[in-house]
Amino acid sequence: MTTASAVEAVFRIEQARVIAAAARIVRDIGIAEEIAQDALVSALEKWPESGVPDKPGAWLTAVAKRRAVDLVRRKENYARKLAEVGRSLEHAAEPPPAEPSPGSGPEADIDDDLLRLIFTACHPVLPTRARIALTLRLLGGLTTEEIARAFLASEPAVAQRIARAKRSLAAADVPFEVPYGPDRAARLDSVLEVVYLVFNEGYSATKGDDWVRPALCEDALRLARVLAALLPGESEAHGLAALLEIQASRIPARTGPDGSPVLLADQDRTRWSPLLIRRGFAALDRAAVPGVPPGPYVLQAAIAACHARARRYEDTDWALIVTLYGQLAAVRPSPVVELNRAVAVAMAEGPAAGLALVDAIAAEPELKDYHLLPSVRGELLAGLGRRDAARKEFVRAAGLARNDRERDLLLARAERLAGEPE
Amino acid sequence: MPRFLTIVRLDENNVPEGGFSPEMGERMGALLKEITEAGVMLDTGGLTPTSQGRRVTFSGGKLSATDGPFTETKEVVGGYSIVQAKDLAEAEEWAGRFLKVHDDTWTVTCEIRQIADH
Repeated sequence: MTTASAVEAVFRIEQARVIAAAARIVRDIGIAEEIAQDALVSALEKWPESGVPDKPGAWLTAVAKRRAVDLVRRKENYARKLAEVGRSLEHAAEPPPAEPSPGSGPEADIDDDLLRLIFTACHPVLPTRARIALTLRLLGGLTTEEIARAFLASEPAVAQRIARAKRSLAAADVPFEVPYGPDRAARLDSVLEVVYLVFNEGYSATKGDDWVRPALCEDALRLARVLAALLPGESEAHGLAALLEIQASRIPARTGPDGSPVLLADQDRTRWSPLLIRRGFAALDRAAVPGVPPGPYVLQAAIAACHARARRYEDTDWALIVTLYGQLAAVRPSPVVELNRAVAVAMAEGPAAGLALVDAIAAEPELKDYHLLPSVRGELLAGLGRRDAARKEFVRAAGLARNDRERDLLLARAERLAGEPE
Repeated sequence: MPRFLTIVRLDENNVPEGGFSPEMGERMGALLKEITEAGVMLDTGGLTPTSQGRRVTFSGGKLSATDGPFTETKEVVGGYSIVQAKDLAEAEEWAGRFLKVHDDTWTVTCEIRQIADH
């Protein structure tokens, strides 16, 4: 392996921590990212001669911190000079940070820097799309091009989104810190949501012709694992990791040989990854915190675990799933959760009971263009033998589906019903 | 993101007296924390000596089995890890870090193999 590729591998591994260490000093993640890039350039210059240092991460971090401190000092000197010539500044400069000692410092500090970076990149002041792009760029180590490809956007658009996000954070004077106060739960939620949304985009692409984009799922899963490791006391962080591990275990079974979607009921469960299921269960165990009622991610993971435990679709414990959806609806009510609960009720008690629940939420504005509403309704009507009504629902669902693969599946379903007598 | 199986080989007849030194155990623990926090490690384990193992072979349409220890090869598999990394270079960097936590009295080889995606 050439030194250049060794250096790049080291940098990819260390990048987020290097940016985080610099950001704590300069308090600006855009500048911190540039400093990290500079540290990489120095490594590329020095390491081919001196060899890769024993602790390459510490080396990069020390270089970045030195540059960050220099930068802050230069700014302060500049501010002092300005003050000397009799101008008053609107903002007092920050006190100089303590000089970092290269390559030392307790690990807890580094973890804390990384958490600060995560909470800042996912700050609610940013629109969701900006949070996603920034998180994938700074913490997932994805290039702008990779992010653009994953979200079917143009590279300049993504680059601009990231640049704008950095500016917004600076303009809003978002403090570079881990929230510990009353807003911690909401802030953590906004971090977990970013990872969840990235995973979902990979798991059921909202547009385009791929049904699944496994690479994006893997990026999200890696971030979820990082979060669970950095926030061992947060039940929901383990819940999210558990949910994504178990969902990802099904990826090999979710597409047929021709790339068409295979629904849960029809999946070959021997193709589910036992390793990921095991990891999901372990994360779910860690999520159980005595005295803390399970949150929405833990409950969704528990539902996913019910499916994972069933050897065959017929073995699914639908009654337990109904109960879990009931708990989920209590902690995070939403029409989509109701719809899923309706499916579970239909499986546990029959299609008529499920249909009653679906019809109760059919008028929800949030579900107006949601293709899974008519798709579920069609499934339940078909179960009741009302084929013609079912067929119409599947056609309607196909009209709303934005994913090409899914649309084909729904149309095929409608077609099959048309060929069967009432 | 590809997955890699790292097969750890060592000469089980020349493992340093007393196995891990306390310092090495500590370094190993710190590395494991680091690799877990990077979201990279999927599974890892150490194996008991080959004397407790058994080898089953299928050849010429017949099964045959032999008991350990497997002395005909100098180096035997002593452990494994499964990591998810962007590329071989990244997996190699982690393997290098794993090797470097060993005391100098150890001789250990890591073979890194990409797991084929179906």
